[in-house]
Amino acid sequence: MSEFQLALDSVLPIALAAISGTIPLSIVSFILGLIIALWVALARLSGNRVLSGFARGYISIIRGTPLLVQLFVIFYGLPSLGLVIDPWPSAVVAFSLNVGGYAAEVIRAAILSIPKGQWEAAYTVGMSRGQALRRIILPQASRVAVPPLSNTFISLVKDTSLASLILVTELFRKAQEIAAPTREFMTLYLTAAVIYWVICFVLSLGQNQLEKRLDRYVAH
Amino acid sequence: MSPTDTVPPTEQGAFMSVRGLRKSFGANQVLRGIDLDLRPGKVVVLIGPSGSGKTTVLRSLNGLETPDAGVISVPTASLTLDFEASPTRKERDPLRDLSAMVFQHHNLFPHLTAIENVIAGPVWVHGVPRAQAIAEAEALLARVGLSEKRDVYPAELSGGQQQRLGIVRALALKPAMLLFDEPTSALDPELVGEVLLVMKKLADEGWTMVVVTHELSFAKEVADTVLFLDGGVVVEQGPPREIFAAPKEVRTARFLDRILNPFTSPDPEAE
Repeated sequence: MSEFQLALDSVLPIALAAISGTIPLSIVSFILGLIIALWVALARLSGNRVLSGFARGYISIIRGTPLLVQLFVIFYGLPSLGLVIDPWPSAVVAFSLNVGGYAAEVIRAAILSIPKGQWEAAYTVGMSRGQALRRIILPQASRVAVPPLSNTFISLVKDTSLASLILVTELFRKAQEIAAPTREFMTLYLTAAVIYWVICFVLSLGQNQLEKRLDRYVAH
Repeated sequence: MSPTDTVPPTEQGAFMSVRGLRKSFGANQVLRGIDLDLRPGKVVVLIGPSGSGKTTVLRSLNGLETPDAGVISVPTASLTLDFEASPTRKERDPLRDLSAMVFQHHNLFPHLTAIENVIAGPVWVHGVPRAQAIAEAEALLARVGLSEKRDVYPAELSGGQQQRLGIVRALALKPAMLLFDEPTSALDPELVGEVLLVMKKLADEGWTMVVVTHELSFAKEVADTVLFLDGGVVVEQGPPREIFAAPKEVRTARFLDRILNPFTSPDPEAE
């Protein structure tokens, strides 16, 4: 069997592993990560010293330690404290905490980029801080945050390959499983690389669309 | 729409009175004891050099600034705020809800269309049914000549249209009082007139207004009372014809002279 034929034959099982593993893992972790990030960003922006200190500490730990170490602490480390988590949920926990740390800074910066006059105008039409944030500030901040958050998402998609090391069946682990008996490492890993690239390419197209939609109110 | 729908019945005496307002930003004392009485249906215009505290006074009237000391009371709303007692935001909110602000840089919500800007407060905050809010907003837009701009985003409007939309957003809140913070200072000269005209109409309709402006012609024409502020105090106040024709204070006279006769007034650097 030629290497090309092997590559073709392996595309389907690897793509299926992407659809059943990599993609849902990325989406679930990203959504949870964004929710964490929003609250952490708000905590950092709050005047409350305890809250903002806690948020700073969290961001510092997440950004200051390798994702692989975070993943191993959760999957291999926590059982020694009596907390055993399955591979898939372990990966979701690790990835969403990681996204939460990085995206928090993006969201904080995006909120700070909205002029103070917008808060004031929201206040004078009667809005509470929460209403102003939800109705006025976040919709405008989201436009600012889309490009950097797209970066975060695309990085996450590729980082989910680390989950192969805690036995999650995803794109890269599938490639390894096919490669091992055939010993065609080059072919299989290049095939995996191409599929990652295709996913990320589609995502960047989506980013463009989203930016266009959010740009509709900006003067050209 | 007439303001009598929303404004408390006219009484003898002040609608709002302000006593001893003080405010510092760091070491900079911006307000050094301001007294001010606003009468229902009357227009007060604040003039003065930049840094005189006029904008800070205006912003204090609807809670955008919290003075360090002083009392603001509104008898018809049974509201008295003593700022020395550091009122909480909840205690200050009723003051804010009495008035609506038109900003120098309009501060329209850029992600909302013209009509969405107008109904944002009524629908999201005050629980007005959407259909009713839209009908009222359309009527207000028509009054300032913006009917055709109903579904346009603020960035697509001219400066004068943006400011007229800002006025409509304020009117939609049905406030008891309208506040204007240098509403024409950021506009190209040829756009100033259309905004001042709308403001004059509102004054003629009997709105209670406080206006910070450098447009002395507006003050002369529309104001019931002109206050000249300098250095955080009210230097002089009175009806416009008195202030402009025969200012009692030297500082007032100099300020007016500098604005009215920029080329013939004494060069401040030569003094």
